[in-house]
Amino acid sequence: MKGNSFFYCLGQGFKGIKRNKVFFLASVATIAACVFMVGILLAVMMNINFVLKEAQDSVSITVFFDEDLNEAEIKEIGKRIEAWEEVSKIEFISAEDVWATFKESYFKDNPELAEGFAGDNPLASSASYAVYFNDIDQQKTIVDRLSSLTGVRKVNSSEVTANALSDVGKIVSIISLVIGVVLFCVSVFLISNTITTGITVRSEEIKIMKYVGATDFFVKSPFVFEGIIIGLIGAIIPLVILFFVYRSAISYIVNQFNTISDAFSMMPIAQVFTILVPVALILGAGIGLIGSIIATNKYIKV
Amino acid sequence: MIRLENVSMTYDDQHTYALNHVSLTIEDGEFVFIVGDSGAGKTTLFKLLIKEMQPTSGEIFVNGKAVTRLRRRKIPMLRREIGVVFQNFRLLKDRNVYENIAFAQRAISAPTKDINKNVAEVLTLTGISEKYRSFPDQLSGGEQQRVALARALVNKPSILLADEPTGNLDPGNSRAIMEILEEINRRGTTVIVVTHNHEIVRMMNKRVINLKNGMVANDIQEGGLAYER
Ligand SMILES: Nc1ncnc2c1ncn2[C@@H]1O[C@H](COP(=O)(O)OP(=O)(O)OP(=O)(O)O)[C@@H](O)[C@H]1O
Ligand SMILES: [Mg+2]
Repeated sequence: MKGNSFFYCLGQGFKGIKRNKVFFLASVATIAACVFMVGILLAVMMNINFVLKEAQDSVSITVFFDEDLNEAEIKEIGKRIEAWEEVSKIEFISAEDVWATFKESYFKDNPELAEGFAGDNPLASSASYAVYFNDIDQQKTIVDRLSSLTGVRKVNSSEVTANALSDVGKIVSIISLVIGVVLFCVSVFLISNTITTGITVRSEEIKIMKYVGATDFFVKSPFVFEGIIIGLIGAIIPLVILFFVYRSAISYIVNQFNTISDAFSMMPIAQVFTILVPVALILGAGIGLIGSIIATNKYIKV
Repeated sequence: MIRLENVSMTYDDQHTYALNHVSLTIEDGEFVFIVGDSGAGKTTLFKLLIKEMQPTSGEIFVNGKAVTRLRRRKIPMLRREIGVVFQNFRLLKDRNVYENIAFAQRAISAPTKDINKNVAEVLTLTGISEKYRSFPDQLSGGEQQRVALARALVNKPSILLADEPTGNLDPGNSRAIMEILEEINRRGTTVIVVTHNHEIVRMMNKRVINLKNGMVANDIQEGGLAYER
C-alpha cells in the first residue's frame, strides 16, 4: 500500500467512526470492560506472584544430620546439596550459632545459668543446613531427595504454607484465563458486529469502489483501521482507570495493614504498568483486528 | 477488444436463459448500441464483462484477458479497464460532485497530485465544472448523469459501458449526453450503450446489436436506418 493510500484508508477509518458514533461507543465500552477485567486479573496475578515469590524466597527446608557426623563431614554433604539444580542457596547453621540464639532468648535474664553449659554445648547435634530453592512446587521432591541422603537425620519443611500458596496461584491463573477468554470472545463478537454495521451503512460506497477497480485490500483496510482504532481507545480508557484504582489500592493497603505492611507489600505501580500497558494495547488492537477481519471477510467480496 | 464465444447465462432461480449462446466481437474504438426488450439480457451482458458474475458456459475476452478464467485477485485490474455508468446513477449522497469523482481515483490509489488534474479534466469533458461543489440532491437528472459519466471516465478506462444513460432524461439532455459519449469515443474509448431510446439510435447511426430473449436477433453496422419500428 502506497503512503498516500495508507493515510487515505486511515482517514476513512476515522470517518467511519464519526459516522457511526453509537456503535463506536458501544464497542469501545465492551472492549474497555474486557481490557479492564483482564487488567485487574493481571494485576492480581502479578501481585500474587509477587507475594508468592517473596514468600518463596523465605521458605526453606532445614536439614539435620546424624549425631556422629563431625562438622567437616556435614559440610561435605552441604557441598553436594548446593550443587543440585533445584537449590538456589544453602546456609550452614552451626551448633554454636543455634546455642547462641537459644541462649539469648532463654537465658537473657540470668546469663549465669547459661555459663554452666560452657564447653559442653547441649545442642551439639543441632548443626543444620537451611536449603532454599527456586520453585515452591519442587519442595516435595527436594525433601524426598534430602531424606534419602546418608547421614541425614531429619528434614523439616513447612509443606502446608508452600502448597497453599502455589494452589492459590494456580486457581487465580485458571480463573483469570477463563474469564479473559470469555471476555475476549464477547469483545471480538461485538466489534465484528459494529464493523458489520459500518459495512452495511457504506455498502453503496463499497460497491462503487469495487466497480471502479479497488483491490480487496483497499476496500477492507479502512474497516480494519476502524477496528484497531476502536480497540486501542477501548484499551487506553481502562488503563487510565486501572492506574488510579491501583494507586488507591496501594495506599489503602498501606493504611489498613500498616503494622504488617512488610508481610503484605504490593508490587510497585511502575512495575505493574510496564507489563499492563503493552498487554492492554496489544489486547485492544488484537480484538479490533480480529473482529474487523472477521467482518470484512464475511461481508466484503469482490 | 471484446469477444464473447457461445456465452450463456442462467440465473440460479430461473429456467430460461438470460443469455443464450451469444457470440459477438466488438473492436477497439467502436461505438455500439445494445437494444432489446426489458429482460432481453442487456444488463446481464454488462455484468459478465466486468466479472460481477460468471457465465454458465462460454468464454469472454476483454483486451486479451480471458475474463471467464480470471483469478479473483485480478478482477480489480480488469475493472480499471472498463468504466461503467449504471442505470440509476449511483452517486454518493454525502459527497459533493468533486468528491464523488475523486472517489474513483482514490479507490485505485491514484497519486494525490494527479487526482485534481484528472477530475478537472472529466468535469470539463462532461460540462459540469461549475457545479463541482454541489451535492447530488442539488442536481438535475441530466447533471447527475454527467457526474456519473465523469466518474466512470476519470480512471481513463479503454472501454465505457453505459446502461441506459438517457433513461430518465428529456430529449435535450439525452442528446447532450450522447454528444459527450461520441466525444469520448472520438478520443479512442470503446463505447457500448444500452438504450430503449429509438430516436437516439436512429440519430446516432452506429452499430446496433439487438438482443431478443437472450439471443442476438440482429447485429447491424450503421443500424440507425434499419432500426425502425
Ligand atoms: N439477479 C438476478 N437473479 C435472477 N434473475 C435475474 C437477475 N438479474 C436478471 N435476471 C433475469 O435475467 C433476465 C435478463 O435480465 P437483464 O437484467 O439482463 O435484462 P435487461 O435486458 O437489462 O432488461 P432491462 O431493459 O429491463 O434493464 C431477465 O429475465 C431477468 O428476470
Ligand atoms: Mg437492464
